[in-house]
Amino acid sequence: MTTLVEVQDISKSFGAVNAVDGVSLEIDQGQFFSLLGPSGCGKTTLLRLIAGFERPSSGHLLIDNKPMDGVEPNLRPTNMVFQNYAIFPHLNVEQNVAYGLRKKSISKIEKEEMINQVLELVGLSELNLRSANALSGGQKQRVALARALILKPKVLLLDEPLSALDKKLREQMQLELRHLQRAVGITFILVTHDQEEALTMSDKVAVMFDGKVEQVASPRELYERPTSQRVASFIGAMNFINGTVMEAKNEIGINSDILGPLTISRSQVFGDLTENKIIIGIRPERISIVSDGSSVTGSISGRITDASYFGETTYYKVACGKGSETLTVSAQNSFGQMDYQIGEEVKLNVDIKSLVGFSD
Amino acid sequence: MILNIKPETKKGWRLLSTPFIFSILLLAAPLTMMLLLSFWTQDYLILDRTFTLNNYIEAFTQPVYQLLFSRSLAISLTVTFFTVLLAYPMAYFISFHGGERKALWLFLITIPFWTSYLLRMFLWKVILGYNGVLNSFLLWLEMITEPLTFILYNANAVVIALTHGWAPFAILPIFVSLEKIDRSLLEASRDLGDGPFHQFFRVVLPLSAPGVVGAALIIFIPTVGDYITPKLVGGTDGLMIANMIQVQFSKANNAPLAAALSVSSLMIVAFISIVFVLVNRKHLRRY
Amino acid sequence: MSRSTKYLKIFAYTYLIFLYAPALLLPLFSFNASQIIAFPLSGFTTNWFENLLYQETLHEALKNSLIVAVSSSILGTILGVLASRAATRYDFTGKQISLTFILAPLVLPEIIVGVALLIVLIQLGLPLNLWSVVLGHTLLILPFSILIMNSAFSNLDISLEEASMDLGENQFGTFYRVILPLVFPGIMASLLIGFTLSLDEFIIAFFLTGTETTLPVYIWAQFRFPKKLPTTMALGTVLLIVSLILLSLSEYFRRRAANSQNSVL
Repeated sequence: MTTLVEVQDISKSFGAVNAVDGVSLEIDQGQFFSLLGPSGCGKTTLLRLIAGFERPSSGHLLIDNKPMDGVEPNLRPTNMVFQNYAIFPHLNVEQNVAYGLRKKSISKIEKEEMINQVLELVGLSELNLRSANALSGGQKQRVALARALILKPKVLLLDEPLSALDKKLREQMQLELRHLQRAVGITFILVTHDQEEALTMSDKVAVMFDGKVEQVASPRELYERPTSQRVASFIGAMNFINGTVMEAKNEIGINSDILGPLTISRSQVFGDLTENKIIIGIRPERISIVSDGSSVTGSISGRITDASYFGETTYYKVACGKGSETLTVSAQNSFGQMDYQIGEEVKLNVDIKSLVGFSD
Repeated sequence: MILNIKPETKKGWRLLSTPFIFSILLLAAPLTMMLLLSFWTQDYLILDRTFTLNNYIEAFTQPVYQLLFSRSLAISLTVTFFTVLLAYPMAYFISFHGGERKALWLFLITIPFWTSYLLRMFLWKVILGYNGVLNSFLLWLEMITEPLTFILYNANAVVIALTHGWAPFAILPIFVSLEKIDRSLLEASRDLGDGPFHQFFRVVLPLSAPGVVGAALIIFIPTVGDYITPKLVGGTDGLMIANMIQVQFSKANNAPLAAALSVSSLMIVAFISIVFVLVNRKHLRRY
Repeated sequence: MSRSTKYLKIFAYTYLIFLYAPALLLPLFSFNASQIIAFPLSGFTTNWFENLLYQETLHEALKNSLIVAVSSSILGTILGVLASRAATRYDFTGKQISLTFILAPLVLPEIIVGVALLIVLIQLGLPLNLWSVVLGHTLLILPFSILIMNSAFSNLDISLEEASMDLGENQFGTFYRVILPLVFPGIMASLLIGFTLSLDEFIIAFFLTGTETTLPVYIWAQFRFPKKLPTTMALGTVLLIVSLILLSLSEYFRRRAANSQNSVL
């Protein structure tokens, strides 16, 4: 795969605030790439730097090997879907979609064909003459998409495009966007604060905190092998257990109050083990829970202190070891699954292979 | 980096420079010129450019100017007081009881004020005159036996006409500040035990203070310098400082004194306004 | 309805009568047959309106007023658009203080503005004519235009401009295709308000005009002739109707400006 967008050590400061702080990224041709992070982490600023609405304080940006220094937004091979869609209120759907075609030397018939095609692509064929003010949120979003896609940009930038929609429509649009991206083959860069959205839609996700990129990885890698505690707790839930490093070679030997002595591979540990302290992370669904008296013997004993019911899953808090530390365990409420009561003694089984270790 | 001007500053000034320069040329320059002139003297048509404070000494010591200054202030303050006092319940009524017809009420209030200011003030002369509308109406009702004379060609007439003329400038800002009050605060006040009376004085009035202060200034500052109204309905007892400025400027051919009177009235108005804002600043800050 | 609300309502209607008193007398006396402006009324006539047709000085004043009102409302609106675009779009040093200064004529007594302008014109030896009145009126209209345009521009979502740039338009194209159509109703409102203000302005015109009089200056002169009062009343009635039409139009444009942009978000 070829690299399409190259962000080279870009920083952007607003007064004393470093919104983007020395970010480098490579985004491949045809990739669905997400910038994920809490609000204020600099992801939107990074997107606007790529679009050309902001100029970097330092660093460079290349799109398709061409430097973008000083190139105005209207001359960049990027188009954007704005957070509030920015549909021109004085134009109808068709006029909005055709907005960027004015400068292109295409015949009128060709233009109409292009408009019809793109409206069909986003599912708005019937509404071509509707006024912008009469559109629902989801329809505005589609117009915004059509308006950008008709220009066949090299990169489509999406700034929290789904945040204004309700949950049901949001989930539907997530699927549609993913399909659309595969159909047109254009590189998408999506900004979102919703980790679920980033995981379900993207080929690759960059997680940002405080203006810096903390990890770039595929959704699966990000979830299963987060490289820091921050990333781990931002994406899903994770139990953190204090442990001591007993032995550090190819295999790492660890001891902890709750889990007892165990050995994990070096590739499961992130950061330099300069001290003998380590923090062990384990996702709640990677721990299984069985009744104390059942025939399967678990490795850890504990007592249920709290249970929160979430429909398809139930989250249990289990006090382990000497009782001062608790683990969160999730159990699928699938067929045959036991229901546990608060106060009940249980045994827990931990999937050692999915443990991760952090040096701090 | 230090000498680097922010690009936004550059873009902003590129747009603002034309109107700003226009205002410098047509407002700042003339006001400066007026200030300079007030320190000079004029004898018939010859202008003496030696610096002197004589004009100001004359403006503040001559009884006629003292009288005009104090009368202008008294009239203007009275007008401000009555206009705000009458406008407040009107604005309150529209804001709290206007229902769906708020826009209509506001429209109804502004209509009469698109009659020429000149004609409106003149019509007060027709209304308040010896054989005027009011007197002929009251005589017809036999409420009086002789026409009232204390209502025209004196300060009272000026106050009545100005209180009418500036009404919308009080109603609108007060209405806006009343509209801004979050209605749940009123419910909270009732919920916490206030009756309608206490609710008004403890919640509504303090929260609408910015509108009241704004209205007062909008009326007070221009009315001090009103020329038309005293000239039309004030008689000799109701003349104000603006009339004297005009006389000094044209008939008396004493432009420096006219300038000094203008600068002085501007200073007095500015001083009173600043004091007024400072006195009320605790009401203006918080919201 | 509670008792206090009832009193409030009675007050509101009484106050409304007070506010309408002069404006209602105007049409009343302009159709009244008697030359004396007093009650009782003495019969219906349209003579006073017919008279208007034969007043040559009036026609001259009307022409002058139109020249002044059209010129100063256009000038004031152009300057107002520039200033309020700067005010609403950019954040920069010196913005607040210079805007406050430009808005100052809103509260300055008109006599002060008039005297100051007159002093400068005389000191510079410039002639007093309609153009000096145009400049004075532009100064008065500018703050109103800024206030109207501020609300038009601040309704304008900045992402619309960015979207236009993003879709390939340059700054000029963006202004012409997006900004102008969206603030156009505001511009119309500003022109109409400016026109109405100028048409009614007396003090500045009184001070700055040379031999050519404007309509209010003409009316002022008519006050000296009691015989001409009914005709002046008729003129006032006509002016009131014209003002109302212009203001209804400007209100229509102002609302359209608000509506066309409301549902952006």
